[in-house]
Amino acid sequence: MPKSTTPVSVLHMHGLGLQQTGTLSVHYVALLLLSGCNSAEHLSFLNPQGPIATAQSEHFWLVVAILFILIALPVFIGTAWIAWHYRYGATKSKYVPRWEIFKPLEYFSWGIPIAIVLFLSVLVWEDTERFDPYHTLASSKPATHVQVIGYDWKWLFVYPEHGIASVGMLAFPAEQPLTMELTSATVMQSFFIPALGSQIYAMGGMVTQLNLQADRPGHFLGENTMYSGDGFHQQKFVAVAMTLTDFDAWVQQVRATGIPFDAAALNAIATQGTKAQLSTALAPAAPTFDGNVYFTGVKANFFTDLVISVMDEKPLPSTALAPAITKGQ
Amino acid sequence: MSWSTIFNHPLGLLGADSFPFLAMLSSDDSDIFINGLLGSFAAALVIISVMVVVALLTRYRAWRTLWFDWLTSTDHKKIGIMYVVLALVMLTRAIAEAVLMRAQGAVGLGGGFLSSDHFAQLFSTHGTIMIFFMAMPFLTGLINYVVPLQIGARDVAFPILNSISLWLTAAGAALVMISLVVGAFSTGGWFGYPPYTETLYNPGIGVDYWIWSLTLASLGSTLTGINIAVTIYKKRAPGMKLYYMPLFTWTALCTAIMMIFAMPPLTVVTLQLALDRYLDFHFFTNGLGGNQMNFLNMFWLFGHPEVYILILPAFGVYSEIFSTFSGKVLFGYKSLVWATISIAFLSFLVWLHHFFTMGQSGHINAVFGIASMLIGIPTGVKIYDWMWTMLRGRIRFSVPMIYSLAFIFLFVIGGITGIMLANPILDYQVHNTVFLVAHFHNMVVPGVLFGMLAGYTFWFPKAFGFRLDERWGRISAYCWIFGWMGAFFPLYILGLMGLPRRSVAYEQASYVPLEIVAFVGALLVAAALMALVIQLWVSIKYREKNRVFVGDPWNGRSLEWATSAPPPEYNFPVVPSINDRDAFTAAKEFGVGYQEPDAYVNIEIPQNSAMGPVFGGTSFLLAFGLVWQIWWLVILTGLITIGTLVMRGFQRDTLKIIPAEAVCRTHQHWIQAARLALPIKRSQEHTAANKGRAAIETVEVPT
Repeated sequence: MPKSTTPVSVLHMHGLGLQQTGTLSVHYVALLLLSGCNSAEHLSFLNPQGPIATAQSEHFWLVVAILFILIALPVFIGTAWIAWHYRYGATKSKYVPRWEIFKPLEYFSWGIPIAIVLFLSVLVWEDTERFDPYHTLASSKPATHVQVIGYDWKWLFVYPEHGIASVGMLAFPAEQPLTMELTSATVMQSFFIPALGSQIYAMGGMVTQLNLQADRPGHFLGENTMYSGDGFHQQKFVAVAMTLTDFDAWVQQVRATGIPFDAAALNAIATQGTKAQLSTALAPAAPTFDGNVYFTGVKANFFTDLVISVMDEKPLPSTALAPAITKGQ
Repeated sequence: MSWSTIFNHPLGLLGADSFPFLAMLSSDDSDIFINGLLGSFAAALVIISVMVVVALLTRYRAWRTLWFDWLTSTDHKKIGIMYVVLALVMLTRAIAEAVLMRAQGAVGLGGGFLSSDHFAQLFSTHGTIMIFFMAMPFLTGLINYVVPLQIGARDVAFPILNSISLWLTAAGAALVMISLVVGAFSTGGWFGYPPYTETLYNPGIGVDYWIWSLTLASLGSTLTGINIAVTIYKKRAPGMKLYYMPLFTWTALCTAIMMIFAMPPLTVVTLQLALDRYLDFHFFTNGLGGNQMNFLNMFWLFGHPEVYILILPAFGVYSEIFSTFSGKVLFGYKSLVWATISIAFLSFLVWLHHFFTMGQSGHINAVFGIASMLIGIPTGVKIYDWMWTMLRGRIRFSVPMIYSLAFIFLFVIGGITGIMLANPILDYQVHNTVFLVAHFHNMVVPGVLFGMLAGYTFWFPKAFGFRLDERWGRISAYCWIFGWMGAFFPLYILGLMGLPRRSVAYEQASYVPLEIVAFVGALLVAAALMALVIQLWVSIKYREKNRVFVGDPWNGRSLEWATSAPPPEYNFPVVPSINDRDAFTAAKEFGVGYQEPDAYVNIEIPQNSAMGPVFGGTSFLLAFGLVWQIWWLVILTGLITIGTLVMRGFQRDTLKIIPAEAVCRTHQHWIQAARLALPIKRSQEHTAANKGRAAIETVEVPT
């Protein structure tokens, strides 16, 4: 997977920012293909790409340092020294077989763990609230709103404000908040982009929320971490943070090439299968430009209607979908 | 269900396609063929093992012995041994599965040789077996064997109930085993979250196998909990205050109380899921008022205390071992007792940390995160007090001590990653990844299993009258330790690199080297198991050299060492009087370790009973009938079970009497042996000179 090409493409894209969308999308497609758009270059929060993951990474190293230096190291050294010094053969070492209590040592044994846990508790109390995934991230820029629906075994990303949807790629502008609502059309799943931050469950008939942000453009691994059946391990996607202009271009591109989000399309999505299988199933109708599957004409009420239909175990109302023949705008 | 379904389908859902072997032969798909071949090989192993056991029993005419001396026995010691045998058999299967999964991981870049479905069955049975049919029977076995001896009792409070608990657990284990031969097991993991495990998504019988095997195991454990708690409260020898109880007994008490409170939520939640599946209820469905989140709450209301049910007895074992093999009284006894009680209490307040990522508010998560970290306090105290127990001692690095020292090092690491997972901010990142897998294996392998194996090595001479081979024991211990490290340290890193647990394959080439290391580690673990088998073989072969009939091979401190090895059926000819902690050490130091009582009396002990085996058989068939919906079998076995229970109520003659003369003869034979045996120093512990009589070496050496 070519890793080095993306920064180049990002620079390139900035230069193209003001050009016409048509030209841009051609360039864009070419560049995406070049950079292997389905490859995620960032896997881990230890190489954080957003404010939440950065905070988590710092928190991680702080906790690791405290626990290893204050707990593990002294116990390791102490145990090794005691075991050696008081071994059976060391007849010169002190031997006090009835030594069963020594108050200062007892205070130490309780005091050290209590102090460390107290300190960590304060940290946890404050930071858990601060980084609650439901909290929207403070920003001067508007948030991008995406509705995420878990299917067997792919994620459907709905952009209600743009009337489009995608399987396999979550595109969003970098440097501004990404606000997501999540649900599942099937079993319980867990939505996760490690390089950006927290994971959250997606559950049928219920809506959860997740707020993330990317510091800069990039490609991040996205996945489901909750076992959901045969295709579970292939339920990956790539989260792509772009510049605002690139994102707008991407939206145009999807609108231009996506297939209508009608009953047939939804039926294909809801059928158990991976993204690749979906792509094949829709192949004649869906000329995809990068291996992902895109839809247009997605109704703004689709997400809510879907949650309710799962909750009531009733079919989706016809008003939730695009009519079968018309192509979405 | 109507009468016609009952009579028109005498075999329920069973058909030719229920046998994976036949399904494999009729398939053209090479993938199905390879996985079918592996499955059929495992099924064949089960069938062949059963046939070999049957053949051997027939060849050596051992059926009578097996039935009268073992299967129908109500002796807590024999029941304890049978529990441990069950645990070791199940351990073998679950380790084989683990190696297979890690092998798949090593070649899992974009594929591998296992199908998704097969892999899912492997991790589901591996987890289910390790928790319910390995760890639980192992600790229940040790508790069963040791606790009545440690408190100076002749048996547990309810001997027949004890036998029934064993047989319910065994029936559950048999159900998991038969799923290899008939049908398939669940793919929903050991905690089987709905709605994945609902009929809509899993219409087959796999989940039902999981439900009914767990139901049987959880019923058995609830009854065990009641039995152990009552035994410890009511059957202690005169003078044994709670604060005089050995620490292993304390941990057994806390575990028993936790079993009583924690097991019912599991029984209820699996039955609720069964109602969803069989009668179209909507407890945990997506729609129509079902709430899957309730399942998570109920399951972990059991599940979290469960991990402390597992670890506390191991803590008890370590406490005994650190004290015994340091030749020193346990340091901070009261701290250790209260740490144990605190852990047992706190364990009921932290279940939510298994699903921080379900969408509840930050402060709710923080409360449960802090509650979870609080458990780190008493656990830390324990680690320190074990260190102080070794301080100023005389430490012998025998096999149990090797396990215990490795436990301290590795458990501290597991504790640290536990504190990290208890922290919601970090849990949002490592939840559901293999980091979590590494963490809980850190707790249950170096924590629980090492404790169980240490206890097995420690008490084996008591149970069978001869020591286990030291050399093979060490080989096994080191293979366990380094194998575990090899298998799970890479998983910590892979988890931080975003690899979700339960992935049959992956796309990231960067995972491969670590996956290969983990596979090598798993092979070393398999070697450890092999060494354990060889150790048993060698030890039995040379048992005459390693006899310790006098019964105190390690210079033990508590009452179980004050009997012959193996102890007589009634444990103590005269129930001892206690006025000290470490009662046997005190007696030895006063020179009254091997005394004859003033008088012998007749001893009453419970008779054998076929209740246990009958319950085991009927509950197995009942569960099998439920899985395959063979309703006549369900009704029939249900009636037999109830009938047996009623008939037991009419049985008046339930005790047998061992006459005073027989007790006297047995006891004098042992006292004679003890007086003839040369007391040996600890330096000769592993030589043939060790006949189970310890020299007093507790002379203080000031610096």
